[in-house]
Amino acid sequence: MFAPETASPHVAQNAGVSRLMLDTLYALIPGIVIYVVYFGWGVVINIVLAITAALTAEAVMLRLRKRPLRPFLLDGSAILTAVLLALALPPLSPWWIPVLGCLLAIVLVKQLYGGLGYNPFNPAMAGYAILLISFPIEMTRWTAPNTLIEQGLGLFESLQFSLYARLPDVVTLDALTAATALDSLKTQVGLGEPVAAVRATSPIFGAAAGTGMELVSLAFLGGGLWLLYRRVIAWHIPAAMLVSLAVMAAIFWGWSPDRYASPLFHVAGGAAILGAFFIATDPVTTSTTVRGRLLFGAGCGLLTYVIRTWGGYPDGVAFAVLLMNMAVPVIDHYTRPRTYGHDTGRGS
Amino acid sequence: MNRPLHDFPGGLRLPGHKHISTSQAILRAVLPKRLYLPLHQHIGEPSETLVAPGDHVLKGQMIAKATDYVGAPVHASSSGTVVDVTLLPVPHASGLDAPTIVIETDGEDRWVDRTPITDYAQLDLSDLRNRIRCAGLVGLGGAAFPSFIKMNPGPHHRVRTLVLNGAECEPYITCDDMLMREQPQAILRGAQIMMHALQADECLVGIEDDKPQAIAAMSAAAAAFGAIEVVPVPTRYPAGGERQLIQVLTGKEVPSDGLPPDIGVVCQNVATAAALQRAIDAGEPLISRVVTVSGGGVRTPRNLEVLIGTPMHELIEQCGGYHNAAQRLVMGGPMMGFSLESDSVPVIKATNCVLSLAADELDVGHATLPCIRCGRCAEVCPASLLPQQLYWHAQAKEFDTVQSYNLFDCIECGLCSYVCPSHIPLVQYYRFAKTEIWAQERNKRKADIARQRTEFRAFRLARDKQERAARHAAKRAALKDAGAGGTRQAAIEAARERAEQKRMEQTAELNAARDAKIAEVKHAIAAQTERQEAAPTSKTVDAVTSSSNRETPDNQ
Ligand code: SF4
Ligand code: SF4
Repeated sequence: MFAPETASPHVAQNAGVSRLMLDTLYALIPGIVIYVVYFGWGVVINIVLAITAALTAEAVMLRLRKRPLRPFLLDGSAILTAVLLALALPPLSPWWIPVLGCLLAIVLVKQLYGGLGYNPFNPAMAGYAILLISFPIEMTRWTAPNTLIEQGLGLFESLQFSLYARLPDVVTLDALTAATALDSLKTQVGLGEPVAAVRATSPIFGAAAGTGMELVSLAFLGGGLWLLYRRVIAWHIPAAMLVSLAVMAAIFWGWSPDRYASPLFHVAGGAAILGAFFIATDPVTTSTTVRGRLLFGAGCGLLTYVIRTWGGYPDGVAFAVLLMNMAVPVIDHYTRPRTYGHDTGRGS
Repeated sequence: MNRPLHDFPGGLRLPGHKHISTSQAILRAVLPKRLYLPLHQHIGEPSETLVAPGDHVLKGQMIAKATDYVGAPVHASSSGTVVDVTLLPVPHASGLDAPTIVIETDGEDRWVDRTPITDYAQLDLSDLRNRIRCAGLVGLGGAAFPSFIKMNPGPHHRVRTLVLNGAECEPYITCDDMLMREQPQAILRGAQIMMHALQADECLVGIEDDKPQAIAAMSAAAAAFGAIEVVPVPTRYPAGGERQLIQVLTGKEVPSDGLPPDIGVVCQNVATAAALQRAIDAGEPLISRVVTVSGGGVRTPRNLEVLIGTPMHELIEQCGGYHNAAQRLVMGGPMMGFSLESDSVPVIKATNCVLSLAADELDVGHATLPCIRCGRCAEVCPASLLPQQLYWHAQAKEFDTVQSYNLFDCIECGLCSYVCPSHIPLVQYYRFAKTEIWAQERNKRKADIARQRTEFRAFRLARDKQERAARHAAKRAALKDAGAGGTRQAAIEAARERAEQKRMEQTAELNAARDAKIAEVKHAIAAQTERQEAAPTSKTVDAVTSSSNRETPDNQ
């Protein structure tokens, strides 16, 4: 009369994979809105193109690998990868940048390794890194915040640029783009100017970091805290990553404030917040132990600082995460917790 | 009093669903027409029946006796006539039928002669334990481990602390809660007898702090008992796991390969203490217990005082019957209980809860996805294991690796499965791996014995051959000397002596080697048997057994 043998536990928490992915997507919304406000419709176009490409790639690969489509398309992981990758791209990109990035991320980095749960590298960041190395010009052509341009692009014009690389007659590409705050600071300081002077002279710098971008970061911070509150993510990785980044920055800033930017600049600038709460916390590619996550986060923060300060790329989050992905097996191995009742120094 | 509490790793506050069954007092269940008493209601070997169909039995009469040390007798829960001794379905995870004594009750509920003990302190400790044993007392927390064994930690252990487990951490279950509210005196008196049996200095009663009434009742009653302290512990599953509760109350961990007495602690359930009090003060064996009938699938959840052997459907009927939404019947809690195929099985000594779960309470309809390595399982594991790694190696059947991740320290609390966002039935994989490993060890043990026998045979043959060779050599030497004239006789003697001596030396050497070999074989077999027997029980929540106990049988 009853369903036969069904093993305990008979109850479960209601947080499925798709629930987690959806919550993460919701948490990104405020940041995305502010991003669009400051940097234009290109952001939305990138996101839409990326999601379409990612879902298509996922479906084709699942079919080829003879896996069921429904549960995996609905798990939301491909969409999240797409959105994170789109957020890492310059808002004014040709259409094939997000599309190619997502194809690489889903096919090469995720599905060829076995799909959900099996990929050692963060797909969004790996896709981004390949794009950055292959197409440095398109990938570093950053849009200036709307407050600094005379005439921004509307939705239709942005779409035209994305699809046909066409701009309205009166607008030049140069007028729309500007180096990012991290980038300009690096270049100028490299030329021997003190940090304070650089920040004072260019309108690209806001109160904490880059104009506009710092507000986007703030919104991502809000979303990230909400994720913590909802227990979608644990505090270990974001805290470790931001603290280690801030500590590194503080050490060098304290030593020579003329040559090194402040901790606040580093934490609020670039993709640090997005990375700490949304990227480095990707469950699949981080350590599975609690102590391992602290190490993983700390490593991400440290490497981000190192790459930003001395590396060849303006922002280091993506490479930092990828490098730490590589270290995960080692971290997991050395951070196994002590099992209950083992090595207690038995006294009887 | 504010005792400093300790923490255990992992754990999770679960939705309790406890209030639905605590609004009404414990009710004595109706005497059933027939009682079904399985011979095997405890850990250890099945008991042996003492009655045959047609026999008339009285309430409390022993109807089956224990056959080994880790066993418990069974008593008639009411008076009546034995109508059958046969194979019937029993509530066991295996779902197999088992020998059961069926009694048709006569409605008189007439007791056998009871012999209460007026002053337990006068009793020899081993007599006291024997009393407990003869009363068929087993742990009532769910593991059904014979209680008298826990009362006998052996000469090598000094038990300082008796931990009384009133945590009752599983959702829905409230039988201990209600018992503590209604009969704190009986429980504490039982605890006092246990302390005496163990010669323990103190008793700590751990109760989860979501049971304020039970804590109040127990604390009030405890004032009259010295050295018994009621300690509220944070409500966090599985705080009622034996090892977790000990950790919370004492800060000490039971060694992985050991038992609570190794750290000077013995842990007993509160209901066991109450039953023990009845066994000693009233001379009544274990024939009834409090059972929680709960879940969204039953109309009026509550607690019943039930005769062991009562079919479960009678309890459900007395609780208003099934709700339409009833989907699954579970014995025990939703985290660790097992599902039953039929409600005709009887309540046994281990039945703390009969749970009828409705569809919306169950974990059904979730597709299992691949592990996303989110680490939630590791965060909640109270044993600090890496459930995800265990799962990975268990499903790959890498049993050596899975053991190196301490599979056998898993208490099967179910939390990892509970939190897994991919809805992987992790615990099922662990059970599978454990069963496989036990099977392999059994086979290996058999093979080892066979191999050792073969080796010993080869060794014996070689020894015989050497002995023969030595004898021949002596003979040849004697013959050779025989042809040598004058000193011949002396030479023969000398040669014989030499040969004899050599032979003796060789034999002695061989004998020593053989004895060593035999000892080794015996030791290996003993060690394996011990491990095998200890393994299935030693890690179960609320179960305790000790190999040292087994070697010092008490009043067989
Ligand atoms: S909770 Fe489930 S999905 Fe997460 S790491 Fe553990 S097994 Fe994998
Ligand atoms: S069932 Fe085992 S592995 Fe899972 S949480 Fe409980 S003790 Fe840890």
